[in-house]
Amino acid sequence: MFEKPHIQFPRRGRGSLLRRLRAIFVLSALVVVSACAKPSGIEDIIDPYETVNRRTHELNRSLDEAILRPVSMVYVDIVPEPVMIGLSNLNNFLDTPAIVVNNLLQFDLKSAASNSARFAVNGTVGLLGLYDAASEIGLYQQQSDFGETLHVWGVGEGAYIELPVLGGSTERDTVGIVVDALFNPMTLVLEDYWRLSGSGVEALNMLGDRGRFGNTVDSVLYDSADSYAQTRLFYLQSRRYELGMRLEEDDYFDPYEDIYGE
Amino acid sequence: MQLAASGAVVSAIPMQAAATTPQSAKQLVNQVVDDINAIISSGKSEAEMMDDFEQIFIDYADVNTIARYAFGVEGRSASAQQMRDFTVAFQRYISTKYGRRFREFIGGRVVVQDAKPVKSFFEVSTTAYLQGSGPFEVTFLVTDRSGEEKFFNMFIEGLNMLSSERTEIGAKLDRRGGDIDAMIADLRSLG
Repeated sequence: MFEKPHIQFPRRGRGSLLRRLRAIFVLSALVVVSACAKPSGIEDIIDPYETVNRRTHELNRSLDEAILRPVSMVYVDIVPEPVMIGLSNLNNFLDTPAIVVNNLLQFDLKSAASNSARFAVNGTVGLLGLYDAASEIGLYQQQSDFGETLHVWGVGEGAYIELPVLGGSTERDTVGIVVDALFNPMTLVLEDYWRLSGSGVEALNMLGDRGRFGNTVDSVLYDSADSYAQTRLFYLQSRRYELGMRLEEDDYFDPYEDIYGE
Repeated sequence: MQLAASGAVVSAIPMQAAATTPQSAKQLVNQVVDDINAIISSGKSEAEMMDDFEQIFIDYADVNTIARYAFGVEGRSASAQQMRDFTVAFQRYISTKYGRRFREFIGGRVVVQDAKPVKSFFEVSTTAYLQGSGPFEVTFLVTDRSGEEKFFNMFIEGLNMLSSERTEIGAKLDRRGGDIDAMIADLRSLG
């Protein structure tokens, strides 16, 4: 009798705080998103925050050099490959409900169905997500996120932003990251303990990725004369490609027409 | 007119050779892929492999056009000699840079899919199957406007090689306060 309110009180308190945060965020996100500009061509770059972005980039580079890179190298050395793959599978599994919600918001019923089936298969036969049994039967993960949902709804990407730790992004995609984090169905149903474990899995997965795909990151961050400009180009081009944006006939630069490409 | 001014060996030459067709463009990319695979499985030393990669680049890519585009607007103020030096240094730099990454091709394969016409060239799409990652798309842009059928750009999952190299060379020039000779020397030291 006495314990019940004792346990519930902080929960309710935090719950309403979270709700209030969500409401505030949604309002400010609407303002940002409605102002998001569309680049005029697929090769276009909008970067009014370049000065701030470059400062963040230096911070990210230092963090990578001092911590992420060395730790990830040790990590991929000592952790056996099957364990890393298991963690990567688990991370994908935990992301799946949020992806399905985004598939639905984009009216992409095919991906929603296929991702739901993945979730069911991997949650059972795949030992709660550790093993990617679904891919074995041809059900591959169809990635998505709220940034893509906004794109499908016609929101432009807005200005380029380099986020601390997370790296390249845009105004639209940053709103997407926060929405995905605040409204993740997994986070809503899971107890604190599991929620924390989920974040742990995500962090370990990030280390594993940094270690396994280190060559690409190294070449962008350490072998280029302007790693900020290369990171920006890399992010924008990959992201636009991922969102299914392809070069239109006019976007192709023809170096034989104008030798200096202006 | 700009062509003549830059002293390039580009399309002032009338195109007598057989024009590019979807088949010939795909054939060219197939040869590039086969040659790269042959080098990787040759068991040669890294230095020898880099020489071989450079040869592929010379044989199959329109090096003059790629180098001139990467040089950017600043290239206008370059003398003919500087342009030649730059092209040679660039050719070595790019073969080494991409050659190192080709080691990731070991045990993988690249399948040529399709060629479609865009403007005055062909876009040849391929699918790369590498170990440890899902299949991804690599496309080549092929034309014979240099007088020979060659590729002049490559996209790896949407990443544009020409844009990336132009950004890089521009940054190298900035670092040297626009000193072209110093930038060329830097480029040489990387190759």
